[in-house]
Amino acid sequence: MLHYLGTRLLRATVSVVMVVTFVFIVLRMSGDPAIVIMGADAPPEAVDAFRTAWGLDQPIWVQYISFFKAILGGDLGQSMRDGRDAVAVVLERVPSTLALTVPAFMLNVGIGIPAGVYAALHRNTAVDRIVMVMAVTGFAMPSFILAMLLVLVFSVNLGWLPSAGQDSWFNAILPIATMGFGGAALLARFTRSAMLEVLGQSYIRTASAKGLSWSAVVWRHALQNAAIPTVTIIGFMLGGLVAGAVVVESVFSWPGVGRLLVVSVSNRDLAVVQTIVLMIALTMVTANLVVDILYGLLDPKMQSQTRPARA
Amino acid sequence: MTASPTPLLSAQDLARTYGVRRGIVGRATNVRAVDGVTLTISRGETLGLVGESGCGKSTTARLLLGMDRADEGQVRFDGAPMPRSGTPGWAALRKRMQLVFQDPMSALDRRLPIGLQIREPLEIHHMGTRAEQNARVAAVMAEVGLQPHHADRHPHALSGGQRQRAVIARALVTQPDLLVCDEPISALDVSIQAQVMNLLVELQERLGMGMLFVSHDLRAVRQISHRVAVMYLGRIVEEGTPDDILHAPAHPYSQALVSAIPHPGKIARRIVLQGDPPNPADRPAGCAFHPRCPMASMPCRTQTPQLKPRPSDGRRVACHVAQGEISPGHVGQLELS
Amino acid sequence: MADIPSSELGAGLTIAARAQALLAQIGRLPVLMLIAVIWLGLMLAVAILADLITPYPYTQMDLHNRLSRPVFMGGDWAHPLGTDELGRDVLSRLIASIRMSLLIAFGATIIGAVIGVTLGFVAAHFRGFIEQIVLALVDFSAAIPFLVLALAVLALFGNSITLFVCLLGLHAWERYARIARGLAISGNAQGYSAAVHQLGASPLRLYGRHILPNIASTLIVSMTLAFPEIILLESGLSFLGLGVQPPNTSLGNMVGFGREYLSSAPWIMLAPAFVITITALCISLVGDGLRDKLDPTLT
Repeated sequence: MLHYLGTRLLRATVSVVMVVTFVFIVLRMSGDPAIVIMGADAPPEAVDAFRTAWGLDQPIWVQYISFFKAILGGDLGQSMRDGRDAVAVVLERVPSTLALTVPAFMLNVGIGIPAGVYAALHRNTAVDRIVMVMAVTGFAMPSFILAMLLVLVFSVNLGWLPSAGQDSWFNAILPIATMGFGGAALLARFTRSAMLEVLGQSYIRTASAKGLSWSAVVWRHALQNAAIPTVTIIGFMLGGLVAGAVVVESVFSWPGVGRLLVVSVSNRDLAVVQTIVLMIALTMVTANLVVDILYGLLDPKMQSQTRPARA
Repeated sequence: MTASPTPLLSAQDLARTYGVRRGIVGRATNVRAVDGVTLTISRGETLGLVGESGCGKSTTARLLLGMDRADEGQVRFDGAPMPRSGTPGWAALRKRMQLVFQDPMSALDRRLPIGLQIREPLEIHHMGTRAEQNARVAAVMAEVGLQPHHADRHPHALSGGQRQRAVIARALVTQPDLLVCDEPISALDVSIQAQVMNLLVELQERLGMGMLFVSHDLRAVRQISHRVAVMYLGRIVEEGTPDDILHAPAHPYSQALVSAIPHPGKIARRIVLQGDPPNPADRPAGCAFHPRCPMASMPCRTQTPQLKPRPSDGRRVACHVAQGEISPGHVGQLELS
Repeated sequence: MADIPSSELGAGLTIAARAQALLAQIGRLPVLMLIAVIWLGLMLAVAILADLITPYPYTQMDLHNRLSRPVFMGGDWAHPLGTDELGRDVLSRLIASIRMSLLIAFGATIIGAVIGVTLGFVAAHFRGFIEQIVLALVDFSAAIPFLVLALAVLALFGNSITLFVCLLGLHAWERYARIARGLAISGNAQGYSAAVHQLGASPLRLYGRHILPNIASTLIVSMTLAFPEIILLESGLSFLGLGVQPPNTSLGNMVGFGREYLSSAPWIMLAPAFVITITALCISLVGDGLRDKLDPTLT
């Protein structure tokens, strides 16, 4: 188990290093980083100062090291728009994004998993079909379209909910609903197939034959075993949540990190872009690491590690 | 058994060790799968290599074919050293030495009809025109007992026996000098095993190639081999003619193997070995067999016996007791049932 | 000894016979799948025949007819799906967009498959350090949601159709790499690729003639399942203004432009939105069906 953790941690670290390297390389490739980050109309002295500060006149591997050190020290450049520290600019938007993503995640899990389990337990009934249809729709309909449809119905036609800005918590309803639905659909579908696969196993029939009541069978055996693959897909969903945040915040003009990313990309405000990319990568890698740890705890096969000899 | 001046295949003190690591941050243990194997195969001769799973016989076969590189020792084919696997020299040598696998289903591409697969070695080695190749395929298919219409069939549309015949046909299509068979009948139904064995015996007599027949089945080995070598934990412990080994085994391990063969109508005294099955990762000191040997004595624990002819009749055996050097002890236990 | 005729051994069925078998299979499909296949065929036809069937050039502006309504909302047949804010015919733009989006999706899928399969084979063949590099790249792909990665690259390199397609191509490469590597390794260990190698075949022959055809069906299923994701990605990026740029038009592009007129002229955005959703749905259905039939072990 410890060995498993060790490898996972190592891989996570390597992933982060690779992301940093990727940003570094791509930044260098797109032109003179000083101009690219400071902007074309920055005064030459500022550009030169930036150059020295970032060591851009040094050999490439020295630059790489100083880039790394700068990142570890929390310095990722200044935003082009207002000259403030990129990290500060990004961090102040994080709460807004969390205000959307956390409830959306809870919606995903809170609706998706029960729906999937229910559909699996009542296979081929009307409920099952409804859940499947919604799941497939949730997959096929991109979040921006769903968002706009919701706006069309609830804002334009019914006038119940606002469609932009962050004035009151009413504004959060549509964005959360949009993100919640998409993820819930995916999770429902996956949970359903995981449950179906578990329910088809012989040990379920054995437990039932032993006289265990059906709900006890489900609770004690089926759910726990279906939880294992479900945990792994939650990690995968996180990526979808982040991507969803980018789009949804843009549609609803919600001032979060996602919208900041889109705006910064349009403006080529690269310090902010690289900050956001690194931050997201770090979050994803950590989240996946947590998922891996959970998986290791849940799956009894991981508890006892015996490696077969290679022949 | 004819001996040529240069043996077709000769191996000297082969050794192969695999490092097994428990993941990235684990300790490495060395598994010595083959530990000092020396043997020769002459033209027209079949050497049977027999032993239980994990004794290293398959690894030995791979080393002899050059598919794997020996850590120590040398393999020579027709006098010349074996080229490294993957080199053009090695690839070219393939038309002279071929391998028949244990599982014919996995040795064949399930998508292609077997006629094409039998022809493939000819294509790879650029032998003959297309028409000549087709003719050769037809000929070799007839030799192994397949009908011409089988050529269009896919592997899964054939029976197990037919599949193995297809594999044999593919191995023989370039008329190799050496054929290595690695458990060729283990995956077949018992009723088919006899047919395939008869086919192999007949082919070898007719085509006169050298053969290495690797198996755990002593009876099959006896049917086809001119000489037999018994392997235990990576070493050859006894060598001799099939009749010698089957009727008067010299090494205690051979004796146990032979006693396990059921004889219809005869109540045999079966030797049951105590102790754990051999684990190449945890090799006992001295003679590798001593923990389970009913005749082991003190020197067996410390001195590894060498494979050499024994004084009484020249039988090559690696055992202190069989050589008459020491008298049988009671380190292991003998149980008769 | 009988002679095998010198024509190809195992010639198999002719093309006509195979096509006939395929059509017969299509006829036996469940209704839903049939509808999906028909829709996809329609989209394909539209994309191919775009220039022939478009009523107006998609950039043609008709300033007298701005924001006119589609037929089913009270408009007239001159513009069956209405016009946008510059008087451009929505139907024509839709047709051009379908072609553009499908083209991009096809190109990206094929690029992804080629890169993925090549890297997968390389990893399986060489193992050791090279394999670790490929696996590390796979980890890297998993570390950032693709949308974010795409945005970062677009920010740095600006936008051109070629770059865009190549970028989208990278979206699912690791799936194909995993498939290719997995099957190549299992074939290498104890299977026909070990056997063919033993025959003396070169790696090129091994991978080209044996392994690739054997993974083809799994690969195609995976590509079909990934195809709608690319369409959704492309439309998302274009919607954000970062994908296909004017004067080119794509489905996401149209939705993006239609956003401003959501309350006044919703049809601008509804038509492409509908096409995106239905097309993605149909491809998914077909992909699922293909997978169930050919390779149920895929997730």
